Amino acid sequence: MTKRPRGVLLTLLLVWAVVYPVSLVMLDSVHGRAGWTLQHLQAFVREPTEWIALWNSVWIAVASVVLAGIVGVPLGFLFERLRFPGRRILGALVALPAVLPPLVGVIAFLFLYGESGFVPRAIVTVFRLDESPWRLQGAGAVLLVHAYSMYVYFYLFTRAGLAKIDSSMIEAAHSLGCGTLATFRRVTLPLLRPQLAAAALLTFMTALGSFSAPYIYNFRTMSVQIVTTKLFGNMQMAVVETTALAVVALAGLMLLKGRAGARSVVALGKGTAPSARTLSQPVARWGAAVLGWVFGIVLLLPHLTLVVMSLVPLGTWTTQLVPPSYTLANFGALLTEPERLRPLVNSLWMAAAATLGALATALWAGRLVVQRRASLRSAIETLVSVPWAVPGTVLAIALATAFSVNAPWVGRWVFLGTALILPLAYLVRNIPIAAGSVLAGFRQLDPSLDEAAASLGASRWRTLRLVTIPLLRPAILAGGALAFATALGDFVTSIVLYTFETRPISIEILAALRAFDVGTAAAYGVVLMLISAGAMVVGTRR
Amino acid sequence: MAEPFLQLSNLTKRFGEHVAVEGLTLSVPRASVLALLGPSGSGKTTTLRLLAGFDKPDRGTVTVDGQDVTAQSPAARRFGMVFQHYALFPHLTVGENVAFGLARRGTAEERRRRVEGMLSLVDLEGFADRQVSELSGGQQQRVAVARALAPEPRVLLLDEPLSNLDPSLRERTRRELRAALEKVGITTVLVTHEQEEAFALGDRVAVLRDGRLQQVGTAPDLYERPETLFVARFVGRASVLRGVMTADNRARLEGGVEWAVETGDRVAAGTPVAVVVRPEAVRFAETGVAGTVVGCRYVGARALFAVDVASGTVEVEASVRAAHVGDVVHVAAERALAFAEEAE
Repeated sequence: MTKRPRGVLLTLLLVWAVVYPVSLVMLDSVHGRAGWTLQHLQAFVREPTEWIALWNSVWIAVASVVLAGIVGVPLGFLFERLRFPGRRILGALVALPAVLPPLVGVIAFLFLYGESGFVPRAIVTVFRLDESPWRLQGAGAVLLVHAYSMYVYFYLFTRAGLAKIDSSMIEAAHSLGCGTLATFRRVTLPLLRPQLAAAALLTFMTALGSFSAPYIYNFRTMSVQIVTTKLFGNMQMAVVETTALAVVALAGLMLLKGRAGARSVVALGKGTAPSARTLSQPVARWGAAVLGWVFGIVLLLPHLTLVVMSLVPLGTWTTQLVPPSYTLANFGALLTEPERLRPLVNSLWMAAAATLGALATALWAGRLVVQRRASLRSAIETLVSVPWAVPGTVLAIALATAFSVNAPWVGRWVFLGTALILPLAYLVRNIPIAAGSVLAGFRQLDPSLDEAAASLGASRWRTLRLVTIPLLRPAILAGGALAFATALGDFVTSIVLYTFETRPISIEILAALRAFDVGTAAAYGVVLMLISAGAMVVGTRR
Repeated sequence: MAEPFLQLSNLTKRFGEHVAVEGLTLSVPRASVLALLGPSGSGKTTTLRLLAGFDKPDRGTVTVDGQDVTAQSPAARRFGMVFQHYALFPHLTVGENVAFGLARRGTAEERRRRVEGMLSLVDLEGFADRQVSELSGGQQQRVAVARALAPEPRVLLLDEPLSNLDPSLRERTRRELRAALEKVGITTVLVTHEQEEAFALGDRVAVLRDGRLQQVGTAPDLYERPETLFVARFVGRASVLRGVMTADNRARLEGGVEWAVETGDRVAAGTPVAVVVRPEAVRFAETGVAGTVVGCRYVGARALFAVDVASGTVEVEASVRAAHVGDVVHVAAERALAFAEEAE
């Protein structure tokens, strides 16, 4: 048998699809028509608005981490450690923000808290004001949406971390004379550190790359700046901006990852976590319950708003507190008018293709990563997670740069402007999502199952089909569902790369919003929300 | 000896710097059982994986019935394997597990009958539709055996076949396994670190140490005529005393007493030796090596006494009233073996 190193082909493919485009953009930022030049960099550095945009990106990301932590961590403790009326139902509601794709969440907030949204209208009516008490704009609006959608990371990681803490450690601290607060500060919190660091990293990277909220609420972060510059046709400047954002993302990743890894805590033994405590005082019990329910309603309001708005006929809601008439016509139009159906069909097939591609890549990577002999396994593990650290706008500009040139001998083809570019972008963004789930599944497989199949005469394909894939099914479904929902709701890469023929749902929502056709925008949003929710249900079912 | 059916020639496998198996040559006659015995890290599991084809040797060959299978994939070489933790497919039923290796072989009806036949061989008739998770450890082990035997492999490989079972189940399972192997008449290689298991299941036993073959033979061969000090100590109970050869077949122990000893090769007078005695081959006597009884452990109706003597500690098997802790006694050997020190 030849000793050909395994995984070369997959490594090359991943480098080509992920690393290569980003590297080309970075090279382009110091390369003009006349050869190497620092001219564009200098232009960037001299422009104050560029620095403001970069600074806005960073501080919004940091503030989002703080806000999401403030909301998510206490909630995690509340639901993991205390028992109160309604805990079960509310525990399910907490994941609600996850079924709102970024753009859909942003417009739902607009309909709810925006100048002519439900809440300001109610306030205006009750207090007899002349105009809306606030405008949903700028940094505050962005942070509101970020806190709403990103607290989930802190909430889930806190719960997972608490569930892993051995109750005997808490008991040991108590028996050594620590009070409740001291135990929390000196034992529980340090043990939660790795989880909190992971949640912070995830939030930071998501917020740094966030595009929908700052774009719609008119707040100039670097992501928005890049897209605006590109839409104005200044590709050269867009490339420099992209490079700047990529560098910031990379620096943030290394900084936070270094901090998280510096003092990772290894739990010894396999104890059981303390079970939830029932609050004994009625006041505390009902206090927790009321707090929980108010929170639950706040979580649910954007979804309800979206549904209500999708039922409003075009141009009928003007000054009334609530819309005067309701109809299903907006949904009817989506299905019957070919030009409105097209974005739906586009999004569905492109997301499906990208998800299948990402799953195939993840399975391929998983097989190689668990093999002892694959020499490139750590390279592959890194490569499949890299797209996660690349902000959406950066990836979009990178793909637009790399695949607008026909030079097959250096691996470049003209995909820009074709139906291939968006599925490719979705696929690259889906790889870390699918791989995260599938690789974890592979690691839990007993490697001797594979060997057992081989010793019983099964070929590699037969083993994959009859043993590996059936055993990985929960992981494949979970990763696939999440990937599909993400691709379906994508806005940030779509706005850079779409063509009119292949425009996805998010682009059509934006168009409807610009035409003040809020009913249609909301109807698309509801469809996206329902498909995402369906995918989540499929993905979490065992 | 019958014509070797399975032949391992000069097998060598390194993992980086670590030598797992070195120059291993072994032959197994058709329909006989060879047990690979050794402590952990001795290379026995690596040898089994080389036989199965999961790992490729750096040097050496494996031949079956005169055919070189060294380069063949595990799927192609038709060796059945029973894994230490069984590796039953958790998403398939018992019957589907057993039928896994019968893909596209014969009609569905023939496959079904083959599965039933295999299950009855391991005493699990009627279990075909059960879920694997419903079975006890012993039943899972038997399903693993049935699954490995179903495609009629040329060689059966067993990796620590009984190590996952409760001690109370082991003896029975061992008897049943032995009976099944005899009934099928399959050439078998099994790996174990328990000598009792090796002797009960194997027609012959190969003792491995640090990847090298120490000795291969039947139980009496290894027990009565160990070729190395390692085998003498590893197989059965043995006490080791320090001494020096004084003449052919005589050694003087530290402390002065001379014993008659057997040596494999001739060991020159003056060579330091390790003198090995079995507990049942020494006895309390009027004269002999003087020592103090320091321990006593009951073994059935007899007892093992630990006696400190000048050249080490010797274990003596005797009736329970033969001595008491603290007694000063003399020990004589009926049979002793000597190994030159550098053999260690």
